[in-house]
Amino acid sequence: MTTLEQTPATRVASPARRSLTGGASYWWYLIPGFTLLAVVIIIPLFWNIYLSFTDYRGVVAPEWTGLSNWIRLFGDERFWLSFRNSIAMIIAMVIVPTLLGLVIAAALFDVVARKFGPKVASFLRATYYLPQIIPAVVAAIVIGWIHRPENGALNELLEMVGLGVLANNWLGDPNTALFSIMAVLIWVQIGYPVVIFMAALERVDPELYEAAEVDGAGWFRRFYAITLPQIRPETFVVALTCTIAALKVFAPVYALTGGGPNNATIVPSYYTYSQFFQSQQVGYGATIATALTVVILAVSIIFILAQSRVERADQEGR
Amino acid sequence: MTDITKTPRTKMRRSSKRSIGNWIVLTVIALAAAAVVFPFIIILLNSFKSPADYASGNPLTLPSSLYFDGIVNFWNRVNFPEKLWNSFFISGMVAVLAVIISVLNAYAIGIGRVKGRISLILIFLLANMLPQEVLLYPLYSIFRAIGLYDNVWSVIITFTVIQSAFGTYLLASVFGTFPKEVLEAAALDGAGRWRTLWSVVVPISWPTLGVLMVFFFIWTWNEFLIPLTFLISNSNQTVPVAITALQGDRLMDVTTMSASALLGMIPTLIFFLIFQRTLTRGITAGAVK
Repeated sequence: MTTLEQTPATRVASPARRSLTGGASYWWYLIPGFTLLAVVIIIPLFWNIYLSFTDYRGVVAPEWTGLSNWIRLFGDERFWLSFRNSIAMIIAMVIVPTLLGLVIAAALFDVVARKFGPKVASFLRATYYLPQIIPAVVAAIVIGWIHRPENGALNELLEMVGLGVLANNWLGDPNTALFSIMAVLIWVQIGYPVVIFMAALERVDPELYEAAEVDGAGWFRRFYAITLPQIRPETFVVALTCTIAALKVFAPVYALTGGGPNNATIVPSYYTYSQFFQSQQVGYGATIATALTVVILAVSIIFILAQSRVERADQEGR
Repeated sequence: MTDITKTPRTKMRRSSKRSIGNWIVLTVIALAAAAVVFPFIIILLNSFKSPADYASGNPLTLPSSLYFDGIVNFWNRVNFPEKLWNSFFISGMVAVLAVIISVLNAYAIGIGRVKGRISLILIFLLANMLPQEVLLYPLYSIFRAIGLYDNVWSVIITFTVIQSAFGTYLLASVFGTFPKEVLEAAALDGAGRWRTLWSVVVPISWPTLGVLMVFFFIWTWNEFLIPLTFLISNSNQTVPVAITALQGDRLMDVTTMSASALLGMIPTLIFFLIFQRTLTRGITAGAVK
C-alpha cells in the first residue's frame, strides 16, 4: 500500500524499479519459511514457557501451579551447580581457545607463512581444524576411550613414562571428571578461532605494520597496538558464538559421564534432559530450559551492547 | 609442477633469513598441532589391533598384524550402512530444503525489502540461538500427535527450520548488496519476480548457496540431541546416535570400542577432504560478514 503513495514520481522514470523494490507481494515468499518457523520454533517456545508454570508428568494434562517451579529452581542446588559447571565450559570453549587461537594464528601468519611458506601454514591450520569437523559426541568418545579406567591409553602412557602413580579413573573420579570434559571441548574448539583469526589477519593493512616497524616497534608491541584492535570484530564474533555454544553443551556430557559422578559434570542442558526423560518432571525441565534461554539471551545482548559501545568509543577517539 | 622447479631458489632465499627464533616458533606450533592429531593417531593405531595385541603392547605400538574383526564386528552390530544412509538422507534433505527456504525468505527480506525486515531478521537469528531443549518437549508432543515421532521426517523438518533461520540471516545481507542494475535489466526483459529469482538471483549467488548447503549438511550430520530423542528405533538412528548407544556395552572389547570411534570419524573426515576449500571460505565468510 505504502509503495503506491510513494511512487508517482518514480513510476514514470523507471517502471522496472517499481516492480522490484517494496510492494506487498514479496510477502508471499515469506509464507513457507514463516509457517515452518511458527510451528517448529515459535509455538514450541511459548508452549515450553507455559509448561514451566505447570506440573506435568507427560501423561495427564499439565496442571497450572503458578510460580512453584520457579521458586523451586532458585533454591535448587543442582541447578546452580549446573551453571557453575557452565563457567568451566566457558573456560574450555571460549577463554582458552580464544587466547591460544590468537597466539597460534599470529605465529602461523607472521612467522610460519612468511618464513616457511604459506603451504606449511595452511597445512598446520587444517590440522588444528580437524577435531571441529567430527561430531562432538564422537570427539567425546575418542577422548573418553583414551581416558578409560581399565587399560586406557592415558593410564598406560603415564605408566610407560614412569608416572604410573598418576593413573586415575579420569571420568569416574569427581575431581577429574570435569577436567576430562573440558579437555574434550578445548580439543574440539581450538581450530575455530585459529581459522577465523588467520582470515582476520589477512584483512589487516600491511602498511600499518611497516610503519610501526620503521618506528622501531617490536613484535609484541605491534601485536598489542595493531593486531588486537584491528581484529576486534572477529574476536567478538568468536567470543559470542563460542559462549552460546558453551552454555548449550550436551553431547559430551551425555556420552561420557551422564552428569556424574555425583553431579560433578552436570550442565543445564543435561539437567533439562534428565528431568524430561528420566525423572518425567516435564514442567520442571521446561523451567530449567527457559532459564537457560534467558541466560543465553542476556549474554548475547550484553555482548552486542559492549561491542557497539567499544566501536563508538573507537570512532570518537579518532 | 612449476612449484617444484621453482622452490629450490626461493627456499634458499627464505632460509637465509630464518632466525633461530623462527625455528623455535615453528617447532612449538608443529608440536601443538601434533598434540591435536595425537588422539586421531591413537584411535587409528588401536582400531586394527586384536584385544590380546592391545593388552600385550602399549597404545603407541603398531599392530603386530592387521586385525579387522573389531571394525567388522561393530559394522555388523549396528548395521552401519543403514545408519550411514539415515544420516545421509536426513542431512541431504535438510541441506536442500533449508537452502530453498533461506532463499525464499532472503529474497523477500534482502531484495524485496519488506517492511519490518530488521525485526524479521532478529526473529530468525533468535530461532538459531535458542537452546534446543526449549523445543524438545513441545516438538515431541507435536510429532507424536501427527504420527511423525520416530520418523526421520521429524528430524528433517526440525533442522530445515533451524538451519534456514541461520541461512536467512546470512543470505538476507548477501542479497541486500545484490546489484540493482541486474534486477532492473531482468524486469525490463519482462521477467516477473518469480522468474527473476530463479533465473537471475539464484544462478548469480550459486557460490554462496553451495557453501551454505555444505555447512547445513555437515551441521545436521553432527547433530545429536534431537535425533537422540526423536528417533528411538534402531533402524531410524543416525551415525552419531548409533555409535553412542553402544558405548556402555559390556560385550564390546577395548579395540572394538576404538573401531567404533574410528567409524564415527571417517564419514566427516571424507567430507572435510572433499570440501576443504569451501569450508574454510565459508567459516571466514560467516564471521567477517
